[in-house]
Amino acid sequence: MPASAPPLRRRIGALLDRPAWAFWVFAGPFMIGLAVFSYIPILWSVYLSFFEARNTVAPSEFVGLRNYAQMLTSAAFLDSLLTFTLFALFIVPTTVAASLALALLVNRARWAQPFLRSVYFLPAACSYVVAALIWKLSIFNGVRFGLANTVLGWFRAEPQAWLSVTDPPWYWLVLVTLRLWLQVGFYMLIFLAGLQRIPAVLYEAAYVDGARRGWSTLRHITLPQLRTTTAAVLLLNLIAAYQAFDEFYNVLGSDGAYPPYARPPLVYLYYTALGSGQDFGRGTAGAVILALLIAIVTLLQGRLLGFGRERT
Amino acid sequence: MRGQDRTGSAHTRRRFLQMAGVSAAAAVAAACGSDTGRGGGGGGLSHWYHQYGEDGVEEAVRRYAAAYDRVEVSVQWTPGNYDTKLLSALQGGSPPDVFEYQTKADLVRAGTLAPLDDVIGDAKDDFSAASLASHTFEGSVYGIPQAVDTQFLVYRKSLLDDAGLEPPTSFEALVDAARSLTEGDRKGLFLGNNGGTDVLGPVPLWSNGLDYVTDDHKAGFDDPAAAEVFGGLHDLFESGALLLGAPTDWSDPSAFLQGLTAMQWTGLWTLPQIEEEFPGDYGVLPWPAFGGDGSASVPVGAFGAMAYADGPMVEEAKEYIKWLWIDQTEYQEDFNLGYGFHIPPRTSLAEKADELASGPAAEVVGFVDGLGRPSSPPEWTPAMDSAYKDALTNIIKSGKDPEGELKAAAGTVQGELDKIFG
Repeated sequence: MPASAPPLRRRIGALLDRPAWAFWVFAGPFMIGLAVFSYIPILWSVYLSFFEARNTVAPSEFVGLRNYAQMLTSAAFLDSLLTFTLFALFIVPTTVAASLALALLVNRARWAQPFLRSVYFLPAACSYVVAALIWKLSIFNGVRFGLANTVLGWFRAEPQAWLSVTDPPWYWLVLVTLRLWLQVGFYMLIFLAGLQRIPAVLYEAAYVDGARRGWSTLRHITLPQLRTTTAAVLLLNLIAAYQAFDEFYNVLGSDGAYPPYARPPLVYLYYTALGSGQDFGRGTAGAVILALLIAIVTLLQGRLLGFGRERT
Repeated sequence: MRGQDRTGSAHTRRRFLQMAGVSAAAAVAAACGSDTGRGGGGGGLSHWYHQYGEDGVEEAVRRYAAAYDRVEVSVQWTPGNYDTKLLSALQGGSPPDVFEYQTKADLVRAGTLAPLDDVIGDAKDDFSAASLASHTFEGSVYGIPQAVDTQFLVYRKSLLDDAGLEPPTSFEALVDAARSLTEGDRKGLFLGNNGGTDVLGPVPLWSNGLDYVTDDHKAGFDDPAAAEVFGGLHDLFESGALLLGAPTDWSDPSAFLQGLTAMQWTGLWTLPQIEEEFPGDYGVLPWPAFGGDGSASVPVGAFGAMAYADGPMVEEAKEYIKWLWIDQTEYQEDFNLGYGFHIPPRTSLAEKADELASGPAAEVVGFVDGLGRPSSPPEWTPAMDSAYKDALTNIIKSGKDPEGELKAAAGTVQGELDKIFG
């Protein structure tokens, strides 16, 4: 907009000439919010993790690394970290593969593409709590009229108490299908955006050079071009897997208790720190350990996949 | 620590840090630290209740408070997670002067609860033994029981008659009945969707002559007799006679009313609905004895009215509690029977109540008087409870070795007990 450029530039220049107050007026409120709601709580958590802080957040008894030692020797906490590392190893590739496949299919759709896109994205807008209750109460309830058991009934199979039995661990089927339904649409959208940024000339040039549609263009053009998108999706997915809370809590929790299996680290920490335990020292120590674990795994993944590196 | 810096600025700082710490602690956007309920300015008492499910209770407690003319009382009605809100307020925030809760050893040790022995006075003998035991720690009473709730088995008389069964009075008979009553879409017994692991609490221990904690403060279930009971519950879980995965849990009568199960473990509050659906065709039973050393029992729970020991108006608070829960007996009657279905903790009132005079409800009152024991005694803390429940889940649902699981849980419980009594 060349017509409006000079006055705008003059106005900005005038602002810049003034003391720094303009900067603070614009950035200040945001920075205060960030400090109050993110940085101070994070630092305070780290501080708390070195104290005996049962029932208080203004502790006085310094205990050094004792809370960390207790958390790192707590079988329940280690078990939940291990379980969710395995969970991440399974759910991250599955989610990425499913959302990439969906994105490729939707991208190729000749008609109704916006409709299909919305349909697959819609679950991402659904509340985790509501979805958890639908899965628990209507689809996977244990009586004969539950949806999953009705389907089993067509094949004359006995109804299953999906969420009550632990052997075989059918609860994983419930939790994994729920998570995929909730998340695949969202990552599909990110992949679609990535796909639409790939210049059409690349494909045209490939066809001219004799490449065939399908696998070879997918492998040599589409996937390399999606590399940064894929790295970002993997990263987000991995963090989301370790931060699992809502649907697990609502599917398996009952009467203020959570069973000792399929217990996400955050659910365990929630009961330690915020339940009637109110042990902020151990709770925050566990949160710091979890944060470090996520950071390490993320860095390793970044190194392996080259996230953030310049595209060659 | 508590009380040494209760100045205005320290107060707000602490509350802020509390909220900050809470939200950071588990990266959960915990919307805690709600309105503290302190009555507008000067001189009033604040009184906290959790949210009762029944219609009319909130209006009733506000009406009682308004009728008190010696001090102004402001009632806070607390939806959501009452335990967490109350505990955070007691520990760092602005605690209420009067509140309802369970008597817990760690709260007593921290000096949070004011002893109420002079409040209950001679009326003590009138309270049902189990409700009083829930609120007595080392000889002192810390909560005045407000309403008694209990759990028991309900069964369909006609279904047992058709199968030629007597109401089961031993664990063995209960398992047999559950098996025989399982037919088609109907299961024999419903102990909740987790097979009883989250609801039965100390009841299986009592059924074989044991308890959570022994009189000399030792974990009471590192014992072959306990392993035997939970092994039995595991067999029941695997037998196919238990209803699992029902759309509603044990606390709701729907599974029983819809005929998904012939017998169910449930609470007193469901009796009016069951009476409406199956008048005359249902009976109630305590949890039966397992072996010769055990006895039939029902668990008894009662929220008590308590005073915050460090509050500025402790004496006024105690006086108000005495007025509300000891002197105004008509309020206790109204509170227990006017809205939902609870047993007044004072036996003189329970005996007079028409609703509890006949039928299964009268039998339940008899169970509470004769077989009732506190479901969550003061020395049983949340940390112990979660260790115990984890062991039960591992044994009953996952079929792990009972003795090893119980030994591990007993170790945790003993550590907590040593902190309290050591």
